Amino acid sequence: MSDKSPRVLAVASGGGHWIQLCRMIPAWDGCHVTYVTTDPGFRTEVEAIAAARGQQRPGYHVVIEANRLQKMKLVRALTQMVWILLRVRPDVVITTGAAPGYFALRLGAMMGCRTVWLDSIANAEELSMAGQKAGKHAGLWLTQWEHLATQDGADGKGPHYKGTVI
Amino acid sequence: MIFLTVGSHEPFDRLVRCVDDWCGASGHGADVFGQITKRAEYSPRHFETVPTLGPAEYDKRFDQAEIIVSHAGMGSIITALSKQKPIVMLPRRGHLHETRNDHQFATMQRFRSWPGILAAEDEAELPGLLDQVADGGMATSQKISPFADDQLVAAVRNFIYDTAQTR
Repeated sequence: MSDKSPRVLAVASGGGHWIQLCRMIPAWDGCHVTYVTTDPGFRTEVEAIAAARGQQRPGYHVVIEANRLQKMKLVRALTQMVWILLRVRPDVVITTGAAPGYFALRLGAMMGCRTVWLDSIANAEELSMAGQKAGKHAGLWLTQWEHLATQDGADGKGPHYKGTVI
Repeated sequence: MIFLTVGSHEPFDRLVRCVDDWCGASGHGADVFGQITKRAEYSPRHFETVPTLGPAEYDKRFDQAEIIVSHAGMGSIITALSKQKPIVMLPRRGHLHETRNDHQFATMQRFRSWPGILAAEDEAELPGLLDQVADGGMATSQKISPFADDQLVAAVRNFIYDTAQTR
């Protein structure tokens, strides 16, 4: 890995979103990756996976857990995410959701990062609320359900289907 | 050992109560351990619970269990499949305000045919399924790869490296 390797910010709230993000880990082998999630306890796991894959030790930041109804917590999470983006200066932001991923994607896009939104496999009938809002700002917008994908060529934006995390 | 988990965020009293009633009727309470969230209002009489578990402790409970009982959350489903644990699930429902919409019901419908997954549409169906798995009448789940589809990983990887070249 060199200093020219891409800097990747990989973001997900705890629970199912985080588990799905971790299943994408091979995608950023060889990159400088920093994880952002809502629980300090997942750090050991991603460090162990990186070591097992012969990768550099990843960065790790925690933001406060907030859902769309907890306005004050959302403001705090947003502030924390601004600070993390300024510190890390990623080339690429990748997220599976939910609220922290939405903030990271929108802020990252404003800062000139390219962005990936991978909508959770939990959303089999319609895209997640955050996904519907964030997806159109993403450089790569992915769904894990083929019937939710738009045909390539409509406007080219997606969401596209390339497979699932399972 | 049966590990009941309702996810880390929202309580799911309907599932916890149903498992408790089943334990009372079947005498399996001593075999069940539940993680039921901080805001759970129903407190089971027949089995031991904790509100939350840290990642390491959660992993340990999952590994020790022979059967997982859970909400239809993707975290629980993916973890059960990757550890090859049979899982019995009850979806949260939108109209009962257990989630924002009915996405867990859709998840349940799409995953119920997988080997190793049993799904109850409502709490009336759950005790029968619990009897079935407690008697050992359930196939183990299929072993899944630790990572996502190669094509999905490649799509994201190509995007990352294209970005690096254009900046």
